[in-house]
Amino acid sequence: MGSYEAVIGLECHVELSTLTKMFCPCANAFDAEPNANTCAVCVGHPGTLPVPNREAIARIIKIGLALDSQIAPHSLFHRKNYFYPDMPKNFQISQYDLPICVGGHLDIELADGSTKRVGITRVHMEEDTGKTQHGSESGRIHGATHASIDFNRAGVPLVECVSEPDMRTAEEAGAYLRELRATLEALDVSDVKMEEGSLRCDGNVSVRPLGTDAFGTKVEIKNMNSIRSLERALTYEIARQTAAIAAGEQIVQETRHWDEDAGATKSMRSKEEAFDYRYFPEPDIPALEPEAAWVEEIRASLPELPRARRDRYMSALGLRPDVARVLVGDRGSIGLFEGAIAAGADPVPAANWVTQDAAGLRNAAGQDGALTPGHIADVVGLIAAGTVSNAGAKQALEASFASGEPVAEAVARLGLTQVSDTSALGALADEVIAEHPDVAAKFRDGKEGVIGFLVGQLMQKAAGAANPKLAQTLLRERLQG
Amino acid sequence: MTRSLGDLTGAELSAKLAAGETSAIEILAASQARIDAVDGDVRALLTPTPQLASERAEELDAYLSTGAPQSPVAGIPVALKDVLTTNGVRTTCGSKILETYVPPYDATAWTRLSGAGAVLVGKTNCDEFAMGSSNENSAFGPVHNPWDLERVPGGSSGGSAAAVAAGEAVWALGTDTGGSVRQPASLCGVVGLKPTYGRISRYGLIAFASSLDTIGTFTRSVRDAGAMLQVLAGHDPRDATSLDVPVPDYGAGIDEAIAGLRVGVVTEAFGEGVEPAVAASVRAAVERLAALGADVGEAALPHAAYALSAYYLIAPSECSSNLARYDGVRYGLRAAGEHADSIEMMFATRGQGFGPEVKRRIMLGTYALSAGYYEAYYGQAQKVRTLVIRDYEAAFERFDILVSPTSPTTAFRIGAKADDPMAMYLNDIFTIPANLAGVPAISVPCGLDDVGLPIGIQLTAPILDEATLLRAAHALESDLGLNLRPPLLAGV
Amino acid sequence: MPVEIDIEHVAKLARLQLSEEEREQLAAQLGQILEHAARVGEVAADDVPPTASPIPRANVFREDVIEPSLPVDEALRNSPERDGDRFGVPRIAETGA
Repeated sequence: MGSYEAVIGLECHVELSTLTKMFCPCANAFDAEPNANTCAVCVGHPGTLPVPNREAIARIIKIGLALDSQIAPHSLFHRKNYFYPDMPKNFQISQYDLPICVGGHLDIELADGSTKRVGITRVHMEEDTGKTQHGSESGRIHGATHASIDFNRAGVPLVECVSEPDMRTAEEAGAYLRELRATLEALDVSDVKMEEGSLRCDGNVSVRPLGTDAFGTKVEIKNMNSIRSLERALTYEIARQTAAIAAGEQIVQETRHWDEDAGATKSMRSKEEAFDYRYFPEPDIPALEPEAAWVEEIRASLPELPRARRDRYMSALGLRPDVARVLVGDRGSIGLFEGAIAAGADPVPAANWVTQDAAGLRNAAGQDGALTPGHIADVVGLIAAGTVSNAGAKQALEASFASGEPVAEAVARLGLTQVSDTSALGALADEVIAEHPDVAAKFRDGKEGVIGFLVGQLMQKAAGAANPKLAQTLLRERLQG
Repeated sequence: MTRSLGDLTGAELSAKLAAGETSAIEILAASQARIDAVDGDVRALLTPTPQLASERAEELDAYLSTGAPQSPVAGIPVALKDVLTTNGVRTTCGSKILETYVPPYDATAWTRLSGAGAVLVGKTNCDEFAMGSSNENSAFGPVHNPWDLERVPGGSSGGSAAAVAAGEAVWALGTDTGGSVRQPASLCGVVGLKPTYGRISRYGLIAFASSLDTIGTFTRSVRDAGAMLQVLAGHDPRDATSLDVPVPDYGAGIDEAIAGLRVGVVTEAFGEGVEPAVAASVRAAVERLAALGADVGEAALPHAAYALSAYYLIAPSECSSNLARYDGVRYGLRAAGEHADSIEMMFATRGQGFGPEVKRRIMLGTYALSAGYYEAYYGQAQKVRTLVIRDYEAAFERFDILVSPTSPTTAFRIGAKADDPMAMYLNDIFTIPANLAGVPAISVPCGLDDVGLPIGIQLTAPILDEATLLRAAHALESDLGLNLRPPLLAGV
Repeated sequence: MPVEIDIEHVAKLARLQLSEEEREQLAAQLGQILEHAARVGEVAADDVPPTASPIPRANVFREDVIEPSLPVDEALRNSPERDGDRFGVPRIAETGA
């Protein structure tokens, strides 16, 4: 089946973290009580009108600039007409043939260190819908024959970013979504939390014989709620389509739902009703014609983007490509790292601590804990000074993560301080040489490799709390002296 | 003969109020007396608000007694078409689907009038969702023309026009999407002003066709129309389409002479379908304009013939989308009974809640926007709209004001056109082009036909030139000196 | 010639329940109205730009400043079916829209 390739395009929806909604001044917040953030406008009361949020427009322009899109000199909102109970007006204010951002690209970095350019078709502005809960809130009314709606999310600014069908593997799609998320994080325009729905992604997948140009029949995949589930879903779907085509079957153009538990995509019941969105220009909202000066002002405010940051970390700070990639893929890691090196930490070990131990602790806890860049800087510094071993530092960092306790205090409190006292270690070195005269003789005969054994013996005597570098120096002094 | 309080204009009442010759309570009482006397027959009001009105009038009298400055609106009894939202007061749009709907906010137009001291006497009947030209499309029964109770008041703002004609209110607000202020004003013998699109905020105007909807005024004098517009006009941050340009003083030049004013008579508007009495009365009025020194010529709007067609694609298209929100989920009617699911509930609610004309236009608009038809219908209609705008631009290079009949006929009998939508739509043939182009227009009474029904003349001005429009209309009104009073009020 | 319309399909798009009688009436009336409306096609307008709004404006924005929302009871006051602090509706078929 190696003679087939997949063609993947992604449509990502990004909720902007503006203070207010897209078209009304209600608070844009994730966790409010049901319907607490609603007004006549966002619940679609008769007679109300939408007025666009300037900050939301500034943010989509920022996104477009980061993706090297053209910022359209003239752009319109359109109405997308369809009925759904959680859509207050039964049309969505969206964009159609005149989006704000046209074209562009995102360069993604793959695990093997190679890069690939993925085209961006368009980035447009729209509004989110309310949230339906299937089944009653109180549980008393009609049970499963009932649903209830919270309109807090209705009208939240939503950016849709559509990629070209430029990806060929699930890994590339995952790398694209990671890069997009990192870019949006760097721009500080959205919370980009897939688990809370502030970043959502649908995929379009088709499979074709390798070496052909025509596209196969496209299948849309929905309900991929993490980057991992995106990769799993696409891997599954590519295999499914490949097997079907190899078996001479026709692929049905349809929407499939990723079932995380089953580990499979499943066909969704096709709608009885026809889709016909009847787009037409939104008559209540004037055109968007961003002035060049505004666009340039936004461009000037662009932060360092992930790709530039990665390049800088590698060339100026000497990080390995894989470390730089992991580091730049996570806003929290960048913060810890930048803070640590600002506090004087050596970048290479700092990056390793941030991307390995600190990231491990943060992932396991699902939050950032009490960790500060200072903790990272301290860990790197204490290790460099020989005050604590790697293993000891790891233990201390765990404590700091939990309580915020300074690393040095945790090291002391947990008895992790390495013995760096020359006289104490010197005595132990004397003991070790005395106990292993044959090994000492070998060293003196030029077999310097045996020093490791002697260091090990010394470490054992010190119950691990010895600075191995110092131990070796002391042993050498004695053996050579 | 001294005219009773109930026959005075807003300007006259305001002067009496300022002079301490009357009070807000007395003015309201006159209006209330008219409502009591005639509204059982006229049926202009869907929701009278006597309690709110008397509280407001008392407050005003107390406020004015302190010698505080008095706005020209203070104490004037006003009625609002029931498509304008009023916080806490039921707003139905003449539809079963909103029969119990109580808005949580005020329309900006009402906020402004109310803030200036207007007294709300009630919400007026109208064609369902402002769709109609006769007021017969109200779910709550027709309005009867005060000039002849057997006849329609015009529409869709028929209740507002009838209320002002009968003196139930001194002023009223209506909405004009294709003529819904000017045509009923013409049929009821009052002044109906549709300002420039965007001059008055649409926030709280329950949308029919967003790119055409305009709030307009009903008054018994042109001067009053200017006074109302003065309060209503201006940018509203809640309506992105409201114009952010300074509001001139509409009263300042209203009395100035019109010598030298270039008046173009729209030649197309005197053809087939125009009642001879209407054509004759409008021509006579044009002659008066000439006699007042206006420079009268013939103007052409060559694409006006296609305006009706374009309108009946654009307005229903926008309507089909604007009325999608009435689905039984958040407010308004939900069809009774158990529903298999939400989709079925929506079908039933909309099927039961909307009347025939609204359904017709929703269907028409849905069709016109649907895949495969958009370009031929909606897309082409938008191009015709551009051509209509260019026609006006060309005409206004030669003329300051254009004139035509407001409506091809005087008030017709209730039921006469009810089964023929096309015949009904032709009522708006002279008013629709101004909506497509967004230009301001006014209907002013210019005479009565041979059975004593009012005739209106329509004056149209360039974008935002309401001042010239009011000046010309006021000059004509003063010259004609009609002082129309429906026979219904003979004994009142 | 009156235009033929798939009333069933259009009513579905518009979510309108129509009786048999209404469907027949609408088919006839809409056909007639569209025949008149189709006259827009007689105008040669290939090179004419469309007008969506009579007085085009651009860049009208609101600043990103929070104003109070409606109290929840007020937001739900007109609701045909209140379910706690949510709007209750009949079952929603999973269509994945």
